[in-house]
Amino acid sequence: MNRPGRLAYNAAVVVAAAAAAMGIGAIVLAAVGADIMKAYAVILTEPLKDLIGVTEIVVRAIPLSLIALGIAVAFRSGILNIGAEGQMMMGILASSATAIALGSLPKPVLVPLAILAGAAGGAAWGGLAGLLKARLEVNEILSTVMLNYIAAQFYTFLLRGPMMDPEELVMGSGTPQTLRMPRSAWLDRLIPGTRLHTGVFIVLALAVVVFVLLWRTPVGFRMRAAGAEAKAARYAGIKVQRYLVVAMLLSGAFAGTAGAVEILGVHRRAIEGVSGGYGFTGIVVALFGGLHPAGIIPASLFFGLLLLGADMTQRLADVPANMVLVLQGAIILAIVSARQFMNNPYAQDRLARRLAKLFGRPERYRAGPDCPDPSDSPDPCLADERPDDGASGEASR
Amino acid sequence: MSLGQFLLNVLILGVPFSVALLLAGLGETINQRAGVFNLGCEGIMAMGAFVAFLPPYFMAGTPLEGYANLIGVALAIAAGALLGVLFALVVVTFRAPQGIAGIGLQMLGWGAAGTLFRRYVGGVTGVQGIRAMPIPGLANLPVIGPVLFNHNPLVYLAFLMVPAFWYLLFKTPWGLKVRSVGTYPRAADSLGIRVSRVRYQALALGGAMAGLAGAYLSLAQAKMFADDLIAGRGFIAVALVYFGRWNPVGVMGGALLFSLAQALQLSIQVAGIDFPYEFAVMLPYVLVIVVLSLVRKARMIGPSELGKPFDREQRI
Repeated sequence: MNRPGRLAYNAAVVVAAAAAAMGIGAIVLAAVGADIMKAYAVILTEPLKDLIGVTEIVVRAIPLSLIALGIAVAFRSGILNIGAEGQMMMGILASSATAIALGSLPKPVLVPLAILAGAAGGAAWGGLAGLLKARLEVNEILSTVMLNYIAAQFYTFLLRGPMMDPEELVMGSGTPQTLRMPRSAWLDRLIPGTRLHTGVFIVLALAVVVFVLLWRTPVGFRMRAAGAEAKAARYAGIKVQRYLVVAMLLSGAFAGTAGAVEILGVHRRAIEGVSGGYGFTGIVVALFGGLHPAGIIPASLFFGLLLLGADMTQRLADVPANMVLVLQGAIILAIVSARQFMNNPYAQDRLARRLAKLFGRPERYRAGPDCPDPSDSPDPCLADERPDDGASGEASR
Repeated sequence: MSLGQFLLNVLILGVPFSVALLLAGLGETINQRAGVFNLGCEGIMAMGAFVAFLPPYFMAGTPLEGYANLIGVALAIAAGALLGVLFALVVVTFRAPQGIAGIGLQMLGWGAAGTLFRRYVGGVTGVQGIRAMPIPGLANLPVIGPVLFNHNPLVYLAFLMVPAFWYLLFKTPWGLKVRSVGTYPRAADSLGIRVSRVRYQALALGGAMAGLAGAYLSLAQAKMFADDLIAGRGFIAVALVYFGRWNPVGVMGGALLFSLAQALQLSIQVAGIDFPYEFAVMLPYVLVIVVLSLVRKARMIGPSELGKPFDREQRI
């Protein structure tokens, strides 16, 4: 296939994947008896109609992008972190405990301290899964899922017990929540009347940090090498096990930061349901963003829109908000399926021959300069940084 | 209450608890023996639990009420098999990475069950469910009777499936094919075994078992449906397969270990020993991590191609 043919082929794969994901969503929408087009229209446009909606999208995109950045670091290093949900909760606990205990400190000290505490809480929880994988070969997907359930129980325990707002006990209402944070720990709101807060700048800064770390430092190179081909990395003298732990520590730290930023910027106290599935949506955001900061930021905005839109469908199109989980699942399945076809010379060639047969134009298999080298096929891991197979060297430089 | 009575209660409670884990674990054993790691088990169970719940919920009071549970179980099996085939399409035909695809399937199944539940049922409602069917004669035996022979039919079925699956996997031609495509697909392929077809069959069977496990949860164990009914049992079932060393008998041992731990925890709470509730709920999940840390050597005897997509046209 020639170059325009390859581009058309890749575009067709993307369109087919999007159609498949929307199609699975449509089946469920049809099953609940909703107007499919209307439901999609509500999800995709309703939040954009006013300032509150737009800022709320960004408010949701903040934790999503932080979590996705961490998940990208882990995925690039060859470890699947499904535990962002639990790591986020541990971050929330550590951060709120710090902010409440040290409430008398001045703001420029307390805010960074509270966020770092959140990062440390998340890192501890993520690093645990990393250690289990590196030392005891415990499958990280299973361990992080289990750590999610454990963290959720621990979170409820602390919020209902030791960390509960003493006033709730006095009043006897027993709402599981902590004390309100001191003002000196708050992240400021940017636009009065909305919940948009300064966490946006933290996200942008950390996106740059992730890019520099992964693509401009020796540590990042070793992490990506361990993720792309562990065996080769080991021969090159890279301590793969150690970088697994480092990757999980970092990944957990990002999720913990997301938790800290979320409560310091939005809720101002730890309550139940803060994480609310962000940990899982973050996985989809990371994949959708191509495991690259430059893709993750727009992807997080898109999924912020999706989450908010799904909340609105309940009222406007009579579709329960759980629908967003269906869409996320379908998108994951579509993305991972499509990856097999993107930039895959074998699949391209197969399709070309099939099309040729269909339209009666005999196209023989040529091993000429047009035919991409088979070693160009996408690597088995998710780590594939090339935007398209032609200009890989220049693009990343 | 004497200690003997206490332990007997733990056993009576624990045996039916193990069934959902056992059914899903048996299905997952077949999947993994065929070289596919199905983390979507949790989502399939959610769908199975939901569709099984529908007929008894809607047919209550109609003349067909007596068959409602049966129809529910059949629907759950069918839905599970269908989702298994969908997963096969993604990971066998499209050769997607299995771990992340499984998470996608889990979200899809869980989300779809929750969405449909809220639309058609709404709040938490109980159903009559599947009733206990004591086996005449045997149920009256001391100790063994109440522990083993005083349960609903699905419990007996699940335990009968253990030898059946063992036979299927180790003594039938199909079982040999399953093990060969999970261990050395290239050799299997050169002998004329269609690797993709066997993996599709295995995933359909595994999905059907996960659907049945879900049906057991909603119809026999909880007798209701809720969003978080499955509560990680699908993932625990996957872990049990490692623990059971890819052998149906081992999986049964693991399922019993977990359910007895859970029964013990419940009995302790009932007995009034003060213990934070949340820590009690944590126990099975902690146990999974501990168990997985201890069985790492089992990798040696597992299906060596587990998790690796097979491409006929690729030469290495």
